[in-house]
Amino acid sequence: MPKISLKVNGKAVSAEVEGRTLLVELLREKLGLTGTHVGCDTSQCGACVVHVNGDSVKSCTMLALQADGADVTTIEGLAQPDGTLHPMQAMFREHHALQCGFCTPGMVMSAIDIVQKHPEGLSEAEIREELEGNLCRCTGYHNIVKAIAAAFPLMHQKQAA
Amino acid sequence: MAFEGIGAAVKRREDGRFLAGRGHYVDDMNRPGQVYAYIRRSDRPHARIRNIDTSAAAAAPGVIAVYTGADMAADGIGGLPCGWQIHSKDGSPMAEPPHPVLAIDKVRHVGDPIAVVIAETRMAAKDAAELLVIDFEDLPGVADIRAAIAAGAPLVHDEVAGNICYDWHIGDRDAVEAAFARAKHVVKLDLTNNRLIPNAMEPRAALGECDIAGHYTLSTTSQNPHVIRLLMGAFVLHIPEHKLRVIAPDVGGGFGSKIYHYAEEAIVTWSAGKLKRPVKWTAERSESFMSDAHGRDHVSHAEMALDEDGHFLALRVSTLANMGAYLSTFAPSVPTYLYATLLAGVYKTPAIYAEVKAVFTNTVPVDAYRGAGRPEAAFLLERLVDTIANDTGIDRIALRRANFIPADAYPYQTPVALQYDSGNHEMTLAEALKAADYAGFPARRAEAARRGKLRGIGISTYLEACGIAPSHVAGALGARAGLYEVANIRVHPTGSVTVFTGSHSHGQGHETTMAQLVADQLGVALDQVEIVHGDTGEIPFGMGTYGSRSLAVGGSAMVKAMDKIIAKGKRIAAHLMEAAVEDIEFKDGAFRVAGTDKSKALAEISLAAYVPHNYPIEELEPGLEETAFYDPKNFTYPGGCHVCEVEIDPETGVTKVVNFAAVDDVGRVINPMIVEGQVQGGVAQGIGQALLESAAYDANGQLLSGSFMDYTMPRADNLPNITVGTEITLCTHNPLGSKGCGEVGAIGSPPAVINAVVDALKEYGVRHIDMPATAERIWSIIAANRPKMAAE
Ligand code: FES
Ligand code: FES
Repeated sequence: MPKISLKVNGKAVSAEVEGRTLLVELLREKLGLTGTHVGCDTSQCGACVVHVNGDSVKSCTMLALQADGADVTTIEGLAQPDGTLHPMQAMFREHHALQCGFCTPGMVMSAIDIVQKHPEGLSEAEIREELEGNLCRCTGYHNIVKAIAAAFPLMHQKQAA
Repeated sequence: MAFEGIGAAVKRREDGRFLAGRGHYVDDMNRPGQVYAYIRRSDRPHARIRNIDTSAAAAAPGVIAVYTGADMAADGIGGLPCGWQIHSKDGSPMAEPPHPVLAIDKVRHVGDPIAVVIAETRMAAKDAAELLVIDFEDLPGVADIRAAIAAGAPLVHDEVAGNICYDWHIGDRDAVEAAFARAKHVVKLDLTNNRLIPNAMEPRAALGECDIAGHYTLSTTSQNPHVIRLLMGAFVLHIPEHKLRVIAPDVGGGFGSKIYHYAEEAIVTWSAGKLKRPVKWTAERSESFMSDAHGRDHVSHAEMALDEDGHFLALRVSTLANMGAYLSTFAPSVPTYLYATLLAGVYKTPAIYAEVKAVFTNTVPVDAYRGAGRPEAAFLLERLVDTIANDTGIDRIALRRANFIPADAYPYQTPVALQYDSGNHEMTLAEALKAADYAGFPARRAEAARRGKLRGIGISTYLEACGIAPSHVAGALGARAGLYEVANIRVHPTGSVTVFTGSHSHGQGHETTMAQLVADQLGVALDQVEIVHGDTGEIPFGMGTYGSRSLAVGGSAMVKAMDKIIAKGKRIAAHLMEAAVEDIEFKDGAFRVAGTDKSKALAEISLAAYVPHNYPIEELEPGLEETAFYDPKNFTYPGGCHVCEVEIDPETGVTKVVNFAAVDDVGRVINPMIVEGQVQGGVAQGIGQALLESAAYDANGQLLSGSFMDYTMPRADNLPNITVGTEITLCTHNPLGSKGCGEVGAIGSPPAVINAVVDALKEYGVRHIDMPATAERIWSIIAANRPKMAAE
């Protein structure tokens, strides 16, 4: 089996994987990072979204082999080591943007990418459109949209500082 | 300290772990020596199994075992039980054909499990399952309810004539006939309640374990672990309760679909016992589509008799309800006692008669899905009321007001068995119309028309029943289970509190709401209270979470247990302060001697209870822990008014929900933030049902909408902001006054949406449109009527 090396949440890791092993399987089953979820088998739900080299990626739709040498961030790697939440995580809590929590990791990872890719700002309708790749069955999205809008100034302020 | 008691919008304590990626869902669990199950399912709707050749699969690399229905039968494993028995009009019990865990001789729906392969890895099991050689003899199948009861239809179960599970009725047929005979108008409507696939985002999963002494543990994605322990232990695997522990850890949404006892739970538990290794199974989403119980799927005809002023005289309904291929755990109760008993709605219709035929088809079993029966009743009634307005020319709001049960008529006995305890429909209607700026609608419609858009507004005034109860009544109606809830409250020596509840949280935020309730009532800080749920090894008993019952029934059990704690505390306090028990008052976490400044905090009392040095040991046992079972006296009756505003693009038929306001009466609210979230989530599912979602089968029973590519889930850009308000009347028969908020959104919204769509299309002569009102369906209507309009 081929061996790959990559960085996950800032730590160097290496693993032997089958050619068909998906990135999400590597994360969940080999690395024990079960915060990244699998909600479908057709690349539709976004429960599995992680960041690969700074871009949001559906980890169910990428082979682990393709992540050789990459820098991967998962939901577990977002908070500060002292537990301080990323502003997006904090706003999800503040605005009750999660219920069962299953879509949440992918939702938060996508939301961060959305805000980062739109420094010019986003309308509510644009946030809704950008969330196209993430399904939530619990919240009706109302509070997710609110949380993302609220995280926007916090994230851009931080980057400006 | 910020106010954290009853009524405070406290942020959720469960969020910390979910946001950090530290949730603990079944598929996150791994055990030493664990092996993986993969289930080979039928890809055909109806077929005889002539032979299953397992040899190649069994010899594949990494495979440990391959089991079929014959192996389970050889071990004396029973079929999956049904928890509710309905009797037909003629008194005969419903047809209850066997529901084997793994198919025996025949498959009856796409997704029916045939064999399980257990291997060292998930992929090895999946690869080997492909090597199973199954010799099928295809049989004709049937998916549509009407087709299934037609003469000569294929029989799903050879022994069930005409595919009829039961033919049931309720109400006074003679009174209804008499009212129709003298009616001034009769308005009729045929309607379909579309079949839905629940699609909780977490696919179902189960992990079975068995230790050397024969103690079994099942970790499963369940809304009610004790019920699973009872059903699977007693009826399927014959494992007594003391040797079977069922754990439902973090569960990623349920909406009803995780109430039922499913084959996979029995398969992993049984095979873990045979192999003495942990066996894990996790559904792929495609499997969820073809094996999670579906919802709704009714075809109905409704007729209302009216006097000359538009007063409802009598309602006559006949409904066909799809059961699917087998009876899921609570399926028979849904189109009967959870549906037809709600046909009075918020109206004082004096006579009602409903008949319901439940029908087997070659489709996935149908059971309760968010609302369960009540959305079907609300949709039928609220569409019928708007159709009456349409046909008679009476204003739809005036018509509703003329027929409302007035607030001062409560308690109100309906002609279909239920007695409503409280409500105020005028109040929720008025508030909702205000919230939606109903008065300003004509201007908005005119403005939309200038942009070439069709704008419509629709309302629904609905009522539903939650916290199904009492046990003895449900038992008389066919329930094979009790419907109480259990709470155990343990006050620790230093005064902190652990609450063990039989309710289960899978998104509802019980760890927060229930802690608020207990902290408030015992007068302790919120962070001194911990809620434990979802484990039969820790919690005395429980019926779980469904039918919006957790607070109304589960919370009431907590109040009852706290009453016992306080009563015992008073006796301890009386001893310590040398006062009479009758003189002790409990308030704000302290026991006081009335009229004095003597007091003892709860923590002092609990310490005395566990260190009983100065203690009335002759009369009282040490310790401070109480258990209560609460059996509700009646259902609770949440209700309200939903107002939906849509805009349709006549060029494309695309409907956009531009405004949605819900004003619901859910009784006492503990955490308004959580209630608002529950309503928004329910409304989203209701809008999904009304505009987007449809479980489609071909005539033979092949599932056509088997993935998220074919089944339209509501996405963020399909939905509007959802304005939520609450107007309260208290439930009069439970100690909290709470009614339940989990399902109101999904019950009130579909008719509001369709009423709005019909309103938008009224120039096109549209009287009714079935769900889902997809762009294609609407575009076709517009296209068909356009020439006519142009000609006029
Ligand atoms: S698991 Fe659904 S998109 Fe990846
Ligand atoms: S919070 Fe449950 S799916 Fe989004």
